[in-house]
Amino acid sequence: MLELKDVSFEVTDKKGQKEILNNINLTIDDHKLIVITGPNGSGKSTLAKIIAGIYQPSSGQILLDGKDITDMSITERAKAGISFAFQQPVRFKGITVKDLIKLASGNQVTFSEACNYLSEVGLCAKDYINRQVDNSLSGGELKRIEIATILARGTKVSVFDEPEAGIDLWSFKNLIKVFEKMHKDIKGSIIIISHQERILNIADELIVISGGAVESVGTPEEILPQLLSDEKVECSCCKGDL
Amino acid sequence: MDAIQKSLLEEVAGLHEIPAGAYNIRANGKSVGRQCSANVDIVPKTDVSGIDIIIKPNTKNESIHIPVVLSETGLKDLVYNDFYVGENADVTIIAGCGIHNGGDLTSQHDGVHSFHLEKGAKVRYVEKHYGKGDGKGQRILNPVTKIFLGKDSYMEMESVQIKGVDSTKRVTTGVVEDGATLIVKENIMTHGTQYAETEFEVDLKGTNSKADVVSRSVARDESRQMFLSKIIGNNECTGHTECDAIIMDGASVSAIPELTANNVDANLIHEAAIGKIAGEQLIKLMTLGLTEEEAEEEIISGFLK
Repeated sequence: MLELKDVSFEVTDKKGQKEILNNINLTIDDHKLIVITGPNGSGKSTLAKIIAGIYQPSSGQILLDGKDITDMSITERAKAGISFAFQQPVRFKGITVKDLIKLASGNQVTFSEACNYLSEVGLCAKDYINRQVDNSLSGGELKRIEIATILARGTKVSVFDEPEAGIDLWSFKNLIKVFEKMHKDIKGSIIIISHQERILNIADELIVISGGAVESVGTPEEILPQLLSDEKVECSCCKGDL
Repeated sequence: MDAIQKSLLEEVAGLHEIPAGAYNIRANGKSVGRQCSANVDIVPKTDVSGIDIIIKPNTKNESIHIPVVLSETGLKDLVYNDFYVGENADVTIIAGCGIHNGGDLTSQHDGVHSFHLEKGAKVRYVEKHYGKGDGKGQRILNPVTKIFLGKDSYMEMESVQIKGVDSTKRVTTGVVEDGATLIVKENIMTHGTQYAETEFEVDLKGTNSKADVVSRSVARDESRQMFLSKIIGNNECTGHTECDAIIMDGASVSAIPELTANNVDANLIHEAAIGKIAGEQLIKLMTLGLTEEEAEEEIISGFLK
């Protein structure tokens, strides 16, 4: 179980201090697929990075299975069982897909295991296993490899930051299947940052973040109608003659 | 050979035992083992120290080892090795030099190699440089490689220097005739106060001649590196040179690419990039459970692979 208690995050820029997250309180139970959504700039990705340890909260506490992990580094949190899939996966010159999957799984990976992880994200291991994770890969390929590394880790908590970004329509269908299968197979919890209605639909629980605070928490049936009606916002500047 | 020399030999040429095929092993300035094969003749020079390696036309799938090891402190070794590769031969040549300097005097090996490839010949040349030993004496390697590629020939040169060489100046020149191709891949890592200088000069002389010169390097601690790469397009040709360097700590790297086109159909490109390890690369590997130091090592070893 992952708990966030009064988590706040502030940054200092030229204009002074700016609050990105404000007293976030969340409890994410095991076996749950949680989707965090909200408008652009609401603090969703920041929250994901705070869970992974990439950002340290200005105040508050993060607990994993009751243990305080707030002061743990990225590495310590990874070892404690938190995985993080980047919105924009990182490229490496010289490091191959096989190297990355091997590092992710933490031990030697057989060809057939690597093949399984890659085929789950729609890539043929034979074509990709020895490819370098560099500019020769498209954004979509890179994104799928990023997701494969999370599958290879198989940790207690898996955080995906906008997994749909850069994924084509065909892959998108499969992406949903990947999350559904992961939800079934892995005993841990899955946290997905997303704007996509189809991803929102598969959640056990939706969390809406707005202006750096939790606006609402509930099932997709409870939250989605509200969200979809909010989308039809009329812009006052479009009224009248131009 | 003693244990130190044997371990150097393993490091630079991957040799655990006497290789099959033609070889010449040089230790502390003298040949300590030599073998010719039916297709490869190795002849000692009479005017200077060194050998001529003559490879018969149409020799296929043979490898030739010519490693050098130095374990005597204060020794300055200069050797000339000339390769003559016959028409349509296809061979692998493994050179390399390892220095173990356990004393306080400078140990130095300057290997001057020339390659003459006849029509249609194909050579893969692997050269690895390595230094060790806890003496205060410097370990210096200054290889010179002169390459002459005849019509439709092909040469691939892989040059690696990863550890322990205090100072190196490596000069490689190439003359590429009609339809011939020269590929150079260089990997260098310097640390401590080491200095490495690389100088390439390729003359794309023939029609449809090609050259691709790629250097990847990592400069750590207070080490310094200089990379000069010059490609001259004198005909309808394709040339590409690339220097990609990771800079760390208090190191310094200079990259100076130079292209000259003397023909309207010369197509020449250079790329140079120097920068530190990207923070997001470290973070990605740390999210997989690696410490920052482990992530750094993984990125460097991948980069120099």
